[in-house]
Amino acid sequence: MAINLSDRELAVPQVKEYSYYPGCSLHSTALEFNESVQAVFKALDIKLYELEDWNCCSAASATTLNHALSLALPGRNLAIAQKSGRDVVIPCTGCYNRHKTTERELKRRSAAGQMVEQAVGFSYQGNFEVRSLLDVIGNQVGLEALRRRVQKPLNGLKVVGYYGCLLLRPVEVTQFENPERPTLLNRLLAALGADLQPWSYASDCCGGDQTLVKPEIAARLVNRLVEHAREAGADAMVTVCPLCQMSLEMRQGAGAKLPLFYFTELIGLAFGLAEASSWWKKHLVSPVGLLKSLQLES
Amino acid sequence: MPDFNFIDQVNTLSEQPIELCYHCHKCTAGCPVVDQMEYGPDRILRMVQFGEKDKLLQSEDIWVCVGCETCGARCPNEIDAARVLGALREIAFAENAAIAEPGAVKFHRLFLGLVQRTGRMHEISLLALHKLWTLNLFSDLPAGARLIMMGKVPLKPSIIKGRSEIARIYATAGSKKKQVPNGD
Repeated sequence: MAINLSDRELAVPQVKEYSYYPGCSLHSTALEFNESVQAVFKALDIKLYELEDWNCCSAASATTLNHALSLALPGRNLAIAQKSGRDVVIPCTGCYNRHKTTERELKRRSAAGQMVEQAVGFSYQGNFEVRSLLDVIGNQVGLEALRRRVQKPLNGLKVVGYYGCLLLRPVEVTQFENPERPTLLNRLLAALGADLQPWSYASDCCGGDQTLVKPEIAARLVNRLVEHAREAGADAMVTVCPLCQMSLEMRQGAGAKLPLFYFTELIGLAFGLAEASSWWKKHLVSPVGLLKSLQLES
Repeated sequence: MPDFNFIDQVNTLSEQPIELCYHCHKCTAGCPVVDQMEYGPDRILRMVQFGEKDKLLQSEDIWVCVGCETCGARCPNEIDAARVLGALREIAFAENAAIAEPGAVKFHRLFLGLVQRTGRMHEISLLALHKLWTLNLFSDLPAGARLIMMGKVPLKPSIIKGRSEIARIYATAGSKKKQVPNGD
C-alpha cells in the first residue's frame, strides 16, 4: 500500500528527541497521563529527555500573589533546557502556560525578561521552543503518522474534546490556532476513529484553578460542562490537562459520573498498546465499563 | 477618597492599558464566574479608573476569578482583565489590605513556601497543612484517601538538588513588595 503524505506533513521535519517537563501533577495525581505520554512516544520512536532537576512552575499560586516569581521560577527550567537546545514538551497546560509566559518575556527582552535572567543567573539564547504536548503530537508528529499506527480504531466511542483554558489563552502567549474555535484535538481524535460529538463548551473553564481553594465554584463549572457533554451525546470527555482532569473527576455531583480520558491514553489505546489497561485503574471515575461495552477493553 | 494614582499602579503591575476600556462588557458577558461576583470584570476596570482602591483590595471578586483568560481573549482593546485582577490580588497581599478570602492567601502562601523549601509541590504536605491551617479537616478526605490508596500521590516529598538556585530566585523575584516594572 502506498503511503500518501500531505504537503503539509512533508514540510514538517520529523524530530526524534525532545526535552520533557512533566511538572508536579504528572508525578502524582496524573501518573496515568505521564505513563501514557511515555508509552506513546516510545511507540512513535521519539525520545523524551526529562529535564534534570526541574522545579515546580508555581502554578496558580505565584500568579496569585507574586507575578515576578511566577515568571522567574519557570526561568530556571528554561535555563536547564537551553543546555541541550532541544524543544521542551510540556503536557500539563498549566505548566505549559507558565513556561510559555516566561519564554515570551525572555524573547521580547522586556524588563521582566531581564529580571528572570538575573534571578536565575543565565542568559537566554532562544535556541529552543516551549511546546505543548498537543501541538507536538498533532502538528509535528502529525495526524497522518498517528492514523497509520492505529491498530484498534476507537469506533463507537462517543466523546467530546475538551481544551479548557490555559492551552488557548492568553492568545498572545499561547499562539494557538483559533482560540475561540480550536480544532486540533477533534481532528486528532477523529484520526483515532473516535465518534466525536459536536458541542460548544470545548474551551470553557472547569474552574480547576479554584478546585482546592473554592471547591464550590469549581463544582458549578464542572457540572455545567458534564451536563453539556451528556446533552451532546458523549459517553466520555477527553482532556489535555491534569488540572482539568482532576477537577472534572473530583467535582462531579452525586450519581453516575462521566468518565474522562487524557488524549494520550486514547492514542495508546488506539495504537493497541498493552500498557493501556493499567492506566484505567488510576482514574477516579473508571472508564472500564464503557470500554468493555465497546469491546475496546477485554 | 479616590486614589488617583491607583490606575498607574495597576497599569504598571498588570501591564494592561486600563484607560482604553470603553465598557463594552464583553469581558463580563464571557466570565464564567460573574454570577458569583459583586462587580464583575468590567466594573472592576471602571473602579480602577475611578481610583476606588480600598473597595477593590477588600473585594471578594478578585479571589473568585478562575484565571480562565476569556475576558482578555475577547477584549476589543486587548486589555487582559484577568491580569488586572491578578495585580489587584498582588497589591492587596503586598499592602496588607483587609483581604476578603484569607483562606486563599493561606493556600497560595503554603504552596509557594513548599516550593521554596523543596523546589516542587507535594500534594499531601500542601493539603494537610492547608486543612490544619484553615481547620477544614474533613473536606475531600474520601477522594484524597483514594488517591493515596491508588499510589498516585507520593507520601514523601520530592526534593530537588538546586535549592540554592531556588533561594536565589525567591530572593530576587519573591520579596513581598517587589513589583515588576512595565515590560516595554
